[in-house]
Amino acid sequence: MSYRALFYWLTFWIFVPGLVVAPVFQILLFAYIGRSAELESDEFYVVGNAIQYAAIPALFAMSQLVAGEKFQNTLGAILVSPAPRLPLFFGRAVPVVANSVFVAAFALTAGTLILGVDVPASSIPALALVIVVAAVSCTGLGLINAALGLRIRENAVLSNAIFGFLLIFTGANIPLSQLPDWMRAVSEVIPFTHSIQAARELADGASLGSVIDLVGTELLISAAYLSAGYLLLRFFEGQGRRHATLERS
Amino acid sequence: MKTLRLLAVGWYYQFKMISRSPFEGIGQVIYPLFFATVAFFIFRASESPRTLLYAALGSAVMGMWSATSTTAGNAMQRERWHGTLESLVATPPHFGLVLLPITLAMSTIGIYCLVATLALGRFVFGIDLTVEHPLLFALAIVGAVVSFGSLGFLFAVSFVRFRAAWALGNLFEYPVWLIGGFLVPLVLLPEWVRPISWALAPTWGMSAIREAALGGSPLPDLLLCLGLGAIYVALGLAMLERVLSAARKRGALALS
Repeated sequence: MSYRALFYWLTFWIFVPGLVVAPVFQILLFAYIGRSAELESDEFYVVGNAIQYAAIPALFAMSQLVAGEKFQNTLGAILVSPAPRLPLFFGRAVPVVANSVFVAAFALTAGTLILGVDVPASSIPALALVIVVAAVSCTGLGLINAALGLRIRENAVLSNAIFGFLLIFTGANIPLSQLPDWMRAVSEVIPFTHSIQAARELADGASLGSVIDLVGTELLISAAYLSAGYLLLRFFEGQGRRHATLERS
Repeated sequence: MKTLRLLAVGWYYQFKMISRSPFEGIGQVIYPLFFATVAFFIFRASESPRTLLYAALGSAVMGMWSATSTTAGNAMQRERWHGTLESLVATPPHFGLVLLPITLAMSTIGIYCLVATLALGRFVFGIDLTVEHPLLFALAIVGAVVSFGSLGFLFAVSFVRFRAAWALGNLFEYPVWLIGGFLVPLVLLPEWVRPISWALAPTWGMSAIREAALGGSPLPDLLLCLGLGAIYVALGLAMLERVLSAARKRGALALS
């Protein structure tokens, strides 16, 4: 219900250009840059960008959970209620995960069809699982983003910056081996890196069993980010109450 | 002279305002830098003959387009949200002379992007940019800003009937990056795409900037870029007349 209330503005005319067409063009852009640079195959960019684009709904929609309430002057009313916070925040994350899964799955399908990338049919169920895990993982990062919204006014700028950060560090477009060591170390502990790697192997015909360690690592990362996001939300909520600054930023 | 003064003053105030906006100013400068970084890594890792300098110039102009496309589509809507649209339309000067400086100011922010991207290339990736024709390079940048702003003006007018104009503006960011030849040579694109590229001023703006920097002859590209910009303004003005007259007849200027 809160998702519908906060996203009343998300009409067909916003959803389609922003979450259906844009990821396809992001895939095409990087696939053609890859062709121009003669670096990686189309499959590399299709898989990487399709999954990485799930960050748009995950980051922006999660930040809207706080920013939207603030904009509608309902944040105080919600936080003053005795409702348990865990279902309150995580319940709101469920439609966000579903949306992210749809965006990534559609982009992957469209990208493979347009660029003629061959993905074995036997890999599709495992790919679907990896996309769900990736979406959950990035929603954890989105929860941290939402928590920061209790302190930062310009959530859209922050969300864009995190999106750009993921574009560089997750290996969506740059082979991880090309990144400096410190960047590779960062990429190991952020959402998407492992799921993108797993999805690429699956698209090459690997079995789910052979990428289960990557999927497991991504699940651990999602648990860590979801926990951190929840704790940060509680922390900033407490700070906001103490200093009467909930609605200020 | 009055018209020029109105354009200049409008541009100056809008530019000052946008420069201080975290989303339209700072955000629009930072965001393309991420894409530029990816491009630098890709071209640095590849063994393609296309150099990092090629990527640096392309990424820089990507930022210029980014600053225009995401905000210009919404320029008229923004006035509507602020509640200033009716007052601006009712002022004696033609509304086009009020709207054009807004989109030109948006595209001028692109110069920040250009400088930031070239600085990123120089100081982080060690790309040595030696501009062969500095004066023509500067002229090409000005020409690109003017033509990008003109295309933004056409967007602003064309999207006014859409409530979600900002989403449509966003939509044109990637396609123009792709078919404008910023990082991908046009010969790599399907043949049917090329006429669309040729109709886009950013394609010629990019080409003029690249030619000026690398020692070619940028003037023909620059003239094409400016010519297309003039066509966009003419089309925008014609469309604006229709939009405003329809809105006046229906009393629907503030609606949508």
